[in-house]
This record gives sequence, C-alpha cells and structure tokens, in this order.
Amino acid sequence: MTELFEFSPEELVAIRLSLRVAFWAMVGSLPFGVAVALALARGRFWGKSLLNMVVHLPLVMPPVVTGYLLLLLLGRRGPLGRLLDEAFGIVLAFRWTGAALAGAVMGFPLLVRSIRLSVEAVDRRLEQAAATLGASAIWVFLTVTLPLILPGIVAGMILSFARALGEFGATITFVSNIPGETQTLPTAIYALTQSPGGDVAALRLTLVSIAISMAALFASEAVAQHATRRAAGV
Amino acid sequence: MLSVAIRHRLGEFVLDAKFESAGGLTALFGRSGAGKTSLINAIAGLSRPEHGRIIVDGDILTDTERGLFIPAHKRHVGYVFQEGRLFPHLTVRQNLLYGRWFAPRPGRPGEVEHIVELLGIAALLARRTGGLSGGEKQRVAIGRALLSRPRLLVMDEPLAALDEARKEEILPYIERLRDEMGVPIVYVSHSIPEVTRLATTLVLLEGGRVAAAGPTESVMARTDLFPGSERSEAGALLATRLAGRDLRFGLTILRSAAGELRVPDLALPIGTALRVRIRARDVMIALRPPEGLSALNVLPVVVADIGPPEGSSVDLRLDCGGETLVARLTLRSVEALQLVPGRSVFAVIKSIAFDHQAFAGTTRALPGADAETR
Repeated sequence: MTELFEFSPEELVAIRLSLRVAFWAMVGSLPFGVAVALALARGRFWGKSLLNMVVHLPLVMPPVVTGYLLLLLLGRRGPLGRLLDEAFGIVLAFRWTGAALAGAVMGFPLLVRSIRLSVEAVDRRLEQAAATLGASAIWVFLTVTLPLILPGIVAGMILSFARALGEFGATITFVSNIPGETQTLPTAIYALTQSPGGDVAALRLTLVSIAISMAALFASEAVAQHATRRAAGV
Repeated sequence: MLSVAIRHRLGEFVLDAKFESAGGLTALFGRSGAGKTSLINAIAGLSRPEHGRIIVDGDILTDTERGLFIPAHKRHVGYVFQEGRLFPHLTVRQNLLYGRWFAPRPGRPGEVEHIVELLGIAALLARRTGGLSGGEKQRVAIGRALLSRPRLLVMDEPLAALDEARKEEILPYIERLRDEMGVPIVYVSHSIPEVTRLATTLVLLEGGRVAAAGPTESVMARTDLFPGSERSEAGALLATRLAGRDLRFGLTILRSAAGELRVPDLALPIGTALRVRIRARDVMIALRPPEGLSALNVLPVVVADIGPPEGSSVDLRLDCGGETLVARLTLRSVEALQLVPGRSVFAVIKSIAFDHQAFAGTTRALPGADAETR
C-alpha cells in the first residue's frame, strides 16, 4: 500500500510541470480574456460575431485539431513560429511554454464566457451613478465595474486553470510528450498506461489529478458564494 | 443660477424645454412621460441633447452650437436617483465617501459628520447596503451626492419608490437640505403635496414642453394646467404667518394678505412663516357673508377670471387682497350665482380641509428647530 505514495522523481517533475503549465496558461490568458470579454459584452464593432466564433472554436473542435493548427502556425516552420524564433528567439513547439499556450487556448472560451456573463450582469446604472460622483471612465472601471465582475474573473481563472491542467489532445499534438520538458499529468498517465508495470504509478498520478481538481472546485464554489453575497450588498 | 434651454427628439417624443432658476429648490412637475427625467439627465450630462444650452453659475456645461459638452464626471452635478443606486460592493461609509475622492477641493473639516448627522445615518455607517430599508437607502444616496460637493443637486423622484410613512421620514431632511446646505436643487416630482412643501420655483412640464414656470405660488394657482389625476389635489398656495391660537378649540390662526384662516392646531411657535395649499375643490363661493354655516373661514374676494370648463366643473381664480385663491365649482353653480369676472363674493373654506399635506414648513423661520410641520 505504501508503494502507492512513493513518487518517482519523474512523476514529481510531471506534477510540478503540470502546475506550472496550468498556472501560466491561466495568468497569461487573463488580460486577453478580460479584454475580449469586455469587447464582446459591451463593444459594438464590425466582426464581433466572428470574434465570438473564433474564441469559442477550441470548445467545439477536436483538441487534436487545435493542437495541429497550433503546430502548423507556431511550429518551427510555421509562419508565426519562424517569425517569433527569428525576431525574439522564442520557440514554443515541443517546449513547456508551448504546453502552456495549448492549455491557454483550450481554456480561453471558458475564461471569456465566465467574465462576459459577469460583465453583462453589471448594473450599468451604477456606473452612471459613479460618473455623476466625479469618476472618469477609467476610475469607474477600476472602482465599480472591476470589483463587481471580480467573482466572474476568479471563477473564469479557476476554470481556465482546470482546463489547462487536464489538457491532453492539443498538448500532445503541439508539444509531444517529452519527460521533464512537456510531459504533464495527463500525458504522463497516458504513457504509464501504455507501458507494462505502470499501473500503480498511473493510479498515483490519477489520485493527484483528482485532488487538484477537487481543490479547484472547492475554490470556485467559495468564490460563487461570496459573489452571491456581494451582489445582494451584504 | 441655472439656465436650461434644450431641444431633443426621442422617436415621436420631442423635448423642447426652457427654464431658469435662481436657486433654492426648483421642482420639475409633470405626469410620467412629460420629459422630466430626460431634462435632468441632460443637466447632469448623462445624455447629450441635440440642440441647446445648459449653464450653471455662469459655467457652460452644454452648448451644442459651440460643440461644447462637459462629460458627467466633470460637471459636479450631484444626482439622487429614484432607486438609490448605492454600490453593493461597498459599505455605507464607503458609499458616502466615494465622491470625495474625485471632488475638486478638499472637504471642510467636520463636513462628513455634519451631513451624516443631518441625514440621521450615523448608525448605518458600517453596514452594507443590501439590508437597508428604502428610506435609509435614499438618505445614504442623498448624503453620497452631497459629499461629492456638487454645485447643483438633481433629484429624480427620490420618494416615488417609498410608502407614505417613509416619505414623511425623508421630507424633513430634504427641507433642511434646501434651507441649510445652500446647494441649489432641481427636484423631479409628480406629487402635488411634495411640490407644495418643497419647491421655491415650479416648472410645469407637459408633453416635453414647459407649460408654466415661476414662483411656486403663482404657478400653483394655474390649476387648469395640472393633469387629470392631479387635478383634485391642485389649488392655490397662500403665504401666511402663524398669528395666534384659539386654545379652547385647539385651533391655530394664520394671517395672510387675504385675511385670517383658522386651521387645526399646528405645534409651531407664533411668527412661523407657513405656506398653505388650499385645494380648489375645498373652496365654496357665497354671494353674501354666510350665516348659520359651520365653516370658519370666510374671505371677501373678487372673481378674477373663469377658466375653461373641465367636464361639469370649472376653476375660478379669485383675487383676495393681492393673493390668488382658486375655487372649483360646477358649471351649474356658476350660472345659478351669475358669477362673472369682477364680481365681489365670499370664499368659504372648512378648517377641517387643511390636512397636514396642506402645509409647507420653512425652517428659515425656525432656527435650530426641527422641520416637522405637523
């Protein structure tokens, strides 16, 4: 039984890498998520429905397709990948940063959706009231809009984190499954189930995945409750 | 000094209004859809009129001819909304102090304490806004607007969402605001008792146009201008002073240019200036001084003019010692008594007709005293 909790160094690396990938996927996509959610909720511009569609594509496309598109676009020989490599020396394909990008793209629709819903729920008359009290547009956003949509932002971040943590298809297609570089929890579990004698290790990592997911769920539940109280002004 | 002249089209509706106010409390009165809220939204900078000019204390806030439009947050026009609009994510104290962040000048010391005391909200400061009653919310909203140090305060039917008891709770605070804070107020209302009690200047709006504007007493006498449902409450305002008491019968004697009035006892000191609304429907006309009649108030008057008939009734404007009274009679009575402009008659008013809504207190005459007028 004790065998179940003896982590090998490779497994610990996979756990750490998974957390790092999911964290940066969440943090990196946040500013874009807020901007796109605001644009979709309040903006009036040409191509709005197109933007909405593009944002939601990763939700409906097979993840492998998303991963393959990322590889075509950002691989060493892809148009954007070559540009990034030559101009900034940034390489994403087959690196952990690429795994973070894949996770961010897959989690983006969830992040945007959550923030967008909370932006749409904001009573714009409160923003008007703030303006009559002397707050300029930027101050209205910082002191009224942002605090009111904060629960939506946090909930979206948790969803984005969880999605990036569980990402498999796009990750394995875009950055492969290199131990110590791009091997995350799901790809490690997959590899273990494919090798003889890997059952115990696979179960071990599975339990770790469940624990992380549960923690994220609890956090999201706590945020939702807080948000409900705030909305009622208590 | 406020000067407004705007024209704005909203679909079929055309708002075309022009009025001026020298300060005090200016009431914008009219039925819903008359353009009252559109007008104050334009003053506060929440909407941009197609044509027109809005000037406060010599500062041009809107001038479409010159392409000038000061945005709402730079106008320093405090706004008390019908529904309060308190920030749910802040405490009462944080709500109150919100506008001070952005106020142009640092606040006077003790200003917050003064306004908190004036509005009676000291006990609420640490609370969140969700648990407040409607009346409490509205008082906090008034305090929040005042503490942003506005040069003009606009209030959009701040009492409309409250029941009678809550209205009575807030009215004295608005009177104190008018008399003590020195901030000019534009007050939107469709309630005649509220307007009688609060307004120094009255602007009557009808279908987006100003039907009448001027000192409240003279506009109120134009009972023909008040919309149908409000007509029963319409009547002239009389400036009076509390002259004495009839202790034996619990009556108070008011003196005015029109003569003496006996009304149910008012717990106010002698000398208090009071504005009394005499509903047109409460005034009877007699050709001779009546005998054997229970009504206590009989004033000699001259028929000034006879308004247009409204159904079976008609409003007569009566001149009494320079003041105006309005009497609503049936067309039948007007014919039976052969009433014509210029004829001297007697106006008869029951003392009981003066209920508490008929009186508008002025705290100016009552330094330091409570503004309750009942």
